Amino acid sequence: MSTSEADLLYSEVEEELRASVRALLADKCAPAGVLARVDGEAGPLTDTALWQDLCGLGVAGLPVPEALGGAGAGWREAAVVAEELGRAVAPVPFLGSAVLSTAALLAVGDSPTAAATLGRMASGEATVALAVPLSAPPGAAFPDTVRAAADGLSGTVTKVADATTADALLVPAVGTDGPGLYLADASEAVRTPLVTLDLTRPLVDVGLDRTPARPVVTGRAAEHALRTALRTGAALLSAEQLGVAEWALGTTVDYLKTRTQFGRPVGSFQAPKHRLADLWVSVSQARAVVRNAASTAGAGADDTEAEMAAALAQAFVSGVAVTAAEEAVQLHGGIGFTWEHPAHLYLKRAKSDAIALGTADRHRSALAGMVDLPAGAE
Amino acid sequence: MTTAPAGATIDAAGLRQRVADVVAAHDPATTDPAELLAARFDAGLAWVHFPEGEGGLGAPRALQSVVDAEFERLGATPAGREKLIIGLGMAAPTILAFGTPEQRRRYLKPLYVGEEVWCQLFSEPGAGSDLAALGTRAVRDGEEWVVDGQKVWTSLAHRARWAILVTRTDPDVPKHQGMTYFICDMRAPGVEVRPLRQLTGEAEFNEVYLTDVRIPDSQRLGAVGEGWRVAQTTLMNERVSIGGTAEPREGGLIGIAAGIWRSRPEARTPGLHDALMRLWVEAEAARLTKERLRQQLAIGQPGPEGSAAKLAFARLNQEIAGLEVELLGAEGLTYDDWTLRRPERVGMEARGAGYRYLRSRGNSIEGGTSEILRNIIAERVLGLPGDIRVDKDVAWKDLPK
Ligand SMILES: Cc1cc2nc3c(=O)[nH]c(=O)nc-3n(C[C@H](O)[C@H](O)[C@H](O)COP(=O)(O)OP(=O)(O)OC[C@H]3O[C@@H](n4cnc5c(N)ncnc54)[C@H](O)[C@@H]3O)c2cc1C
Repeated sequence: MSTSEADLLYSEVEEELRASVRALLADKCAPAGVLARVDGEAGPLTDTALWQDLCGLGVAGLPVPEALGGAGAGWREAAVVAEELGRAVAPVPFLGSAVLSTAALLAVGDSPTAAATLGRMASGEATVALAVPLSAPPGAAFPDTVRAAADGLSGTVTKVADATTADALLVPAVGTDGPGLYLADASEAVRTPLVTLDLTRPLVDVGLDRTPARPVVTGRAAEHALRTALRTGAALLSAEQLGVAEWALGTTVDYLKTRTQFGRPVGSFQAPKHRLADLWVSVSQARAVVRNAASTAGAGADDTEAEMAAALAQAFVSGVAVTAAEEAVQLHGGIGFTWEHPAHLYLKRAKSDAIALGTADRHRSALAGMVDLPAGAE
Repeated sequence: MTTAPAGATIDAAGLRQRVADVVAAHDPATTDPAELLAARFDAGLAWVHFPEGEGGLGAPRALQSVVDAEFERLGATPAGREKLIIGLGMAAPTILAFGTPEQRRRYLKPLYVGEEVWCQLFSEPGAGSDLAALGTRAVRDGEEWVVDGQKVWTSLAHRARWAILVTRTDPDVPKHQGMTYFICDMRAPGVEVRPLRQLTGEAEFNEVYLTDVRIPDSQRLGAVGEGWRVAQTTLMNERVSIGGTAEPREGGLIGIAAGIWRSRPEARTPGLHDALMRLWVEAEAARLTKERLRQQLAIGQPGPEGSAAKLAFARLNQEIAGLEVELLGAEGLTYDDWTLRRPERVGMEARGAGYRYLRSRGNSIEGGTSEILRNIIAERVLGLPGDIRVDKDVAWKDLPK
């Protein structure tokens, strides 16, 4: 087994990127503002203006080569952005477009359609949703719910993330040439919004009926591209989960320093202290696991280290995020149980993220296979 | 109905006969549930250990389970009484322990029958876990008290006819000493109930503003300044009624999770199986513990064991509801309904997995947080030294707020 360790620290450039994203989000994406969007009091849920501002900082094209109009950085940098977006539960199509679709198109290889699309996505001109169920784990079989034929794509894909405002859909479909990835104009599809547990990430069911689409790649290359996309998505999602956990921990620590019961700050009692200390330990472990996954995320489809790192990240960090958010609600007491307090937005995001791109249990099973620890007698 | 002198008939067989008489005279299939309950109350079969005329027969407490089982067997136990949880679980035992005969006569029957819903005006924005820190003032004015303050997170206040209320009547003594307990008329002028939306989307609880609310002294429960002692009775009973209702095997949330497992072979993985079985075992252990607690309670007042039952209930509910969302996979990403509703009752079973997951987060906050219950167990059961109390001998008005 390979032992060369990934760089688990943040670079100076990454910290600068973090600072500018965080400053923008502090200004334009305060929790109260997100809540107002959730309540429909501040326009549609997806904050397209904020997304444009973020694209202005280059966040949509970080791993995209400069030649294609991107920043020529990598997934490590993108992961830092994901952390900050998680910390703000920002309702922007980063995961769907800048991660899942981008990773798929980057993995496609030589394709003028992919190159042109990546350029438009990197500049913020267009967003593209990868039409797979958000729950799909990286190792899943190539989806066969959509058929590709001469007259277009037909079929349905359920629970697609970030497709509400997407300009295009990148659709895995099976045709006479076998599996393929196809690009369709989103307005040609029927998008049925769903009532979601995570109030800040919209999901739709996508219905396709002889929908015109251009093939981007077919055959084994399409399978590889999809697998790479889901695996990269799982790695980057763990960065978002880290951000969720960090917000939950930090906000709760701040609250318990000032909330007084029994004549003293609640944070001075040993019970909450120990729990927050335990949580801090988990979050710092999560940070290392996330850095590891982000560092290997750019690798090709059969890279075992990348596969393992992403599986490990989802097996570990999704639980940390859920625990952190649950602790935030609990330790805020009655206030944490109200709609007005933003803790629930993080709870809902964390719990949904724990299902997205494979549950921890599926990732543990995948890991078991990779490290030769079979479940039962042969 | 002829009421035989109680003493003569108080054994299990006599009680079964009384139950049979009530059911014979009021066929559960055709009688309005309230009427049946009224007959049951009048026959002294609501709480057999209560005095005659107050829903009981002055019988040993242990015999209540005989009565309950017999009504159940005869199909005469009405469902859907969740909205009465505060009345039945907290107000009734408190009124029984501290109420005057007049108070018992006025409140117990409508409460039992379900005519009058109760709520609990305890928590305040600054006083939750530390209930004794509360600041809602009650000032005596002749035969009345004038109450001012704000309560929060009050479940069912929008439906309630009456409230149990704890107030501060003497700010110059340490916090536990200057409190007085009242029954508050929720229709009295100055009582204002505003919905407070919770993270599930609904407004099951409320903010309650009390402005110059006049409460007759006859609605005081317990002596002036004895409010903390009275509240203790309420709180002990609250824990039992939240955590201690008996149920059959696979009752409650574990039954729902087990049902999903049975009906969805495609969702099964070894890890989820392990998690499910672990929780199934824990649910069964909790069920049997609750049953034991119920049997224990039948012969005495609730002790700190109620805290254990509530603590275990909250943890189990949360773990099962969390697992259920994961069992559902992609479906777990959706929610049934975010509409702001003001429900009559908390019906976990009637809603979706996402709702159960979110609502169960409240189980470790409402009715005393799990942290506070652990403190109670550590201190009152294990006899460990208490936290150093900086506020014990300080007059309430001088406490940091
Ligand atoms: C769904 C729901 C329904 C409710 N219904 C009612 C109702 O009908 N009537 C009513 O009066 N109230 C009701 N409440 C309020 C509830 O009783 C309080 O929220 C609860 O007692 C906690 O108080 P708090 O919110 O002020 O939290 P705080 O007391 O501020 O506690 C914050 C956190 O600190 C922890 N903590 C506090 N003190 C200590 C300590 N000494 N040691 C260790 N940890 C500590 C708590 O456990 C909690 O995690 C309801 C609450 C909920 C969530």
